[in-house]
Amino acid sequence: MRQDVPALKLREAHAAIPEEDSRRRLIVEALAIGVSAAGFGFVYGLSAREAGFSPIEAMAMSTIVFAGAAQFAAVGYVAGGLAWPVIALLTFLLNARHVLYSAALAPWLRDVPRPRRAVMAHLLTDEAFALSIGHFRRVGRTDERGYWIGAIASTFIPWNLATLAGVLAGGSIPEPGRFGIDIIFPAAMLGLAVGLITGRREIVAAFAGAGIAVTWALFVSPDLGLEPSVGVVAGGIAGPAVGLLVPRALADEQARLGTPESAERYAMPGSHIDAAHEDETHR
Amino acid sequence: MSTDLVLLAVVMFAATYPSRAVGLLAPGIERLPEPAVAYLQLVGPAVLAALGAVAVMVVQPEGQDPSFHVGIEWLAVAVCVALVAWRRNLLIGLVAAVALVAIARFAGLAALPA
Repeated sequence: MRQDVPALKLREAHAAIPEEDSRRRLIVEALAIGVSAAGFGFVYGLSAREAGFSPIEAMAMSTIVFAGAAQFAAVGYVAGGLAWPVIALLTFLLNARHVLYSAALAPWLRDVPRPRRAVMAHLLTDEAFALSIGHFRRVGRTDERGYWIGAIASTFIPWNLATLAGVLAGGSIPEPGRFGIDIIFPAAMLGLAVGLITGRREIVAAFAGAGIAVTWALFVSPDLGLEPSVGVVAGGIAGPAVGLLVPRALADEQARLGTPESAERYAMPGSHIDAAHEDETHR
Repeated sequence: MSTDLVLLAVVMFAATYPSRAVGLLAPGIERLPEPAVAYLQLVGPAVLAALGAVAVMVVQPEGQDPSFHVGIEWLAVAVCVALVAWRRNLLIGLVAAVALVAIARFAGLAALPA
């Protein structure tokens, strides 16, 4: 057995809480995150409807793709007339961070039968990662039921139900622009970007990505006869390269994504895990 | 009712699932090379910021070249970003941004989207 995987080392250091107590806390956190996910899912449904998605199409995104940021991004891609292969590339880039979550959870879930791990992978979101790895650390071992509770109750059910409500409600709003519905997409994108920032490199990458994308959209796309949204590809690929120019010593990195520590500070959307953790710390 | 984008959802699933599954289904790939991890950390913020910036700053009226846009949307997304950074709650930020734009447009202080 490998001894150099962070989660396995931490397992020994956090084996103090009985499973039932930890699972109770997991359920409370999952419900709290679920409320937030439902709100976010609702505005996704509204946004998708405004971009011309039918209820079936919006629901297909929420069940088959099941990735909030990528789904919101797809609303913009479709509205911008982006070609599907480009959408696939951007979706891959946007969701590549899940590799980090998957790798961090692997040592905990290696004894779960492979078919069930395959389903678990589809339900692996930012929230599922944060909830489950926090729970595993508390009990000091794998609790498969805990993973399902975290993944399904916190996100999958509320996200899908709220998407349906949002896309149906969106169809009944006569002038969505007057109600500011069009601002949901860019605000959600930039808000989600803030949630992924763990140090100065991310900040530089975000500003560089935005600057390159806008410059490309205004000056390069027209000359090449491309859609302005193609600039997003340029910004999304070149932005991280610019971010890497920041020396690690100056990065001031806090709890990198995919580490167990990141679960304590990162649970988008919502701050419930932070609050629960702080309560415990101050007790 | 249109179902064309259901196929796009399947394409997006195919682009998403491998990232989620690689660690869980291929246990040998638990530790990625450091440069790959460092790059992956930065891709999310860069793509999301690029999407948001283009949506707010670039408009393209029909039949014309894209142009730089300045409007109430800038203030709305700035408020959203500030609230998310402060409260770590995206929903609060979104509600504030929508409310700001809606009030400004109802009051006649901002133009409707093109």
